[in-house]
Amino acid sequence: MTDTPTRSDEAGDLLEAPVSSASQPNLATLLLRHPSIYWGGLLLCVMVLIAIFGPLFTGDPIAIHPTNRLKPPFGENWFGTDYLGRDTFTRVIYGARISLVIGLVVSLFAVSFGLVIGMVSGYIRAFDAVIMRVMDGLMAIPGILLAIALISLSGATLLTVVIAIAIPELPRVVRLVRSVVLSVREEPYVEAAISSGTKMHLILFRHILPNTIAPLIVLATYICGSAMLTESILGFLGAGIPPEIPSWGNIMSEGRTYFQLSPWIIFYPGIALALTVLAVNVVGDGLRDTLDPRIARKM
Amino acid sequence: MSGNDMKAADLPVLKIVGLSVRLPEDADREFAVEDVSFEVGKGEIVCVVGESGSGKSVTAHTVMGLIPRKVLRPVAGQILLQGEDLLTKSESQLRSLRGERMAMIFQEPMTALNPVMKVGDQIAEMLEIHSPMTAQQRDDRVLEVMQDVNLPDPGQLFHSYPHQLSGGQRQRIMIAMALALEPGLLIADEPTTALDVTTQAQILELIKDIQRRHGTGVMFITHDFGVVAEIADRVIVMQHGKVVEQGIAADVISNPQHPYTKMLMASVPSLTPPVREAVDRERPALSAHNLDKTYGVKGWLGRGRVVHAAQKVDLVVYRGETLGVVGESGSGKSTVARCIVRLIDPTGGEIMIDGKNIAGLGESALRPYRRDVQIVFQDPYRSLNPRRTVGQSIVEGPMNFGLSNEDALQRARELMDVVGLSPDVLDRFPHQFSGGQRQRICIARALAMEPKVLIADEAVSALDVSVQAQVLKLLDDVRKRFDLAMLFITHDLRVAAQICDRIMVMQQGQVVEQGPTAEVYAAPSHAYTRSLLAAAPGRNTRFGLQAG
Repeated sequence: MTDTPTRSDEAGDLLEAPVSSASQPNLATLLLRHPSIYWGGLLLCVMVLIAIFGPLFTGDPIAIHPTNRLKPPFGENWFGTDYLGRDTFTRVIYGARISLVIGLVVSLFAVSFGLVIGMVSGYIRAFDAVIMRVMDGLMAIPGILLAIALISLSGATLLTVVIAIAIPELPRVVRLVRSVVLSVREEPYVEAAISSGTKMHLILFRHILPNTIAPLIVLATYICGSAMLTESILGFLGAGIPPEIPSWGNIMSEGRTYFQLSPWIIFYPGIALALTVLAVNVVGDGLRDTLDPRIARKM
Repeated sequence: MSGNDMKAADLPVLKIVGLSVRLPEDADREFAVEDVSFEVGKGEIVCVVGESGSGKSVTAHTVMGLIPRKVLRPVAGQILLQGEDLLTKSESQLRSLRGERMAMIFQEPMTALNPVMKVGDQIAEMLEIHSPMTAQQRDDRVLEVMQDVNLPDPGQLFHSYPHQLSGGQRQRIMIAMALALEPGLLIADEPTTALDVTTQAQILELIKDIQRRHGTGVMFITHDFGVVAEIADRVIVMQHGKVVEQGIAADVISNPQHPYTKMLMASVPSLTPPVREAVDRERPALSAHNLDKTYGVKGWLGRGRVVHAAQKVDLVVYRGETLGVVGESGSGKSTVARCIVRLIDPTGGEIMIDGKNIAGLGESALRPYRRDVQIVFQDPYRSLNPRRTVGQSIVEGPMNFGLSNEDALQRARELMDVVGLSPDVLDRFPHQFSGGQRQRICIARALAMEPKVLIADEAVSALDVSVQAQVLKLLDDVRKRFDLAMLFITHDLRVAAQICDRIMVMQQGQVVEQGPTAEVYAAPSHAYTRSLLAAAPGRNTRFGLQAG
């Protein structure tokens, strides 16, 4: 039933106006109709609002209260306190900022660089083999190890952590973009553009780039989720964001020693991390279903 | 089954009574198929003819129970297979009927076969599911049916994979699979559309032969009246989901009653070339000498598999002339076209435009010549960027060569008029147009460059026959109006007969015959040309369209 029945017949009134009028539903409506985008997006919005406005209502995340050490939750401190008497609730809220910023910046960074590299690799055959072998090399090294190595080279700051997490994500983006470019460049409309003398950069921007946007948005959400996890793992291993900036990873790392005594130090940031990553991935699934089921499945 | 034999002998194999299939709410009409009734008798070939959207495929798929019933709902009527109503059957009952009592073959045998399974095993699988045979009996039966469909050396082909076979052999395997259980009804959904014309002739012969020997009732779906003339006992003509005419094939073809049938028949291009105006042979627009295109990877020691896609091709097209390049798939006709447009780089030879050889020019040196040669592709659905408006697509080329946006748009508006579309549609997107309209837009886009040479690479092959006739006429009109040299590439000898001044026949990368259309058709000198002409379906039937 895929082809014939709904296609309009054109035998008679050919010289009339187009077959159908523009009646595509608004993209935003279409997206919100998908339940996982709706609920995942809602959860994500809550997290973003907490990250932006939460700190206005809490205290100082690094204020030490030695008298108030390892207090259990639901007392004076909702989420309890850690071994220095710092308020876990405040720290988890500040940690949301780090996680969301890392997720966003890493996915922007990986997608924008990967897009350029992938387009070049897919369209200019001379560079293809070299670029793809470098990407294969990157993929052969476990992402966490590569990130730790990069951080140990330059020292841990927010920027180096972002770059260290983004670089292992690059090959995925490059391969996706390259595969889209390789299939789209064979399309007759691209060949028509070539034969009417369109210059290469215009072909790439006008005819090929738009085809990569939908799958890239989907991939970006997955990268965002995995970047937040990687940041936490790096923090937990002590190789991530420096301890004076609270991130969910390093809060858990510091709570590890007291896990038996005061599990809440690990429990609350863990829950926050799980919920955020879940929300991002659920939104990603919804976007994949809505935007481009066919291409996105190739990933 | 034997108990039913007496009864089944009197009944038609398939009887459809008042069948209606409802389309989903948001479709452009209410029913895919509306109040359709017809019969397929034992040992009878019934052709269901119609253009795209006529509901012929939906009818066939409804009989097989292969439609998604949630989307397409049969709401009225009966489908009686040897007296049993298929619409009342459950999915598991249908599954056992499929294969045993009815079978279907499809258009594209490559995708209908499992690529990672030996073809013999695929046929045997049918028997394994539906019969209690032992493995040995199954293998014997498979070899028997493979012999039955005239496959050479069944013993060896049994162990082949689909990709190792030719298109015709694959379609024979599909037919063997369909016939393994000797079903009473065979549904063939455009089974020869994807095949070359000589292979098509063989497959049609095979289907006729099988119907004669086994008494199978065949429901044959096609858009091609040539095929109908070749094979049908009776014809059902469908339009917009309704049967508009049915009758004995010879009667319908010689004396169509319904206006739609008349129009369809009149749109089928005749195999007899019309008399064409003489062409001024003083002004060559494009010529190629010794054009070569070789694909192949050099091995480590200089050896390797080499494919000669085009070999020593010589051609010249004059202004105001149409040169037809005909041949089957793999003959190299498209390779030649793509070399001339320089979408691929020729391996050797010359391509002369304006006395300049462009075969070896780099991209920037080539650029001024790009506008001289324009191409219209086969697939109207992929030839326009879906994200850009028609206007943007048309003005892109002229603006590459320095025309301002306003001037280019003005030219686009004039061209829309030339190709028979309204100038107001320039700000619409391609998805709002039908296939024929898109092909007109592609022609306008090519003309916007003011080319000297227009290449039509199977430009009408994907269109319905009535639309095809209109686009052919348009192409001939613009050739005259703009004094274009046209290189018309096609596999369809009927189309070539109507539009080409001269014909060039290609086989396996080489030109085997070249000459004025009328001469080549009347007295083909090369054996391959003769076999092509002999294989054209319905060659003994006179069809309507005579371009002029």
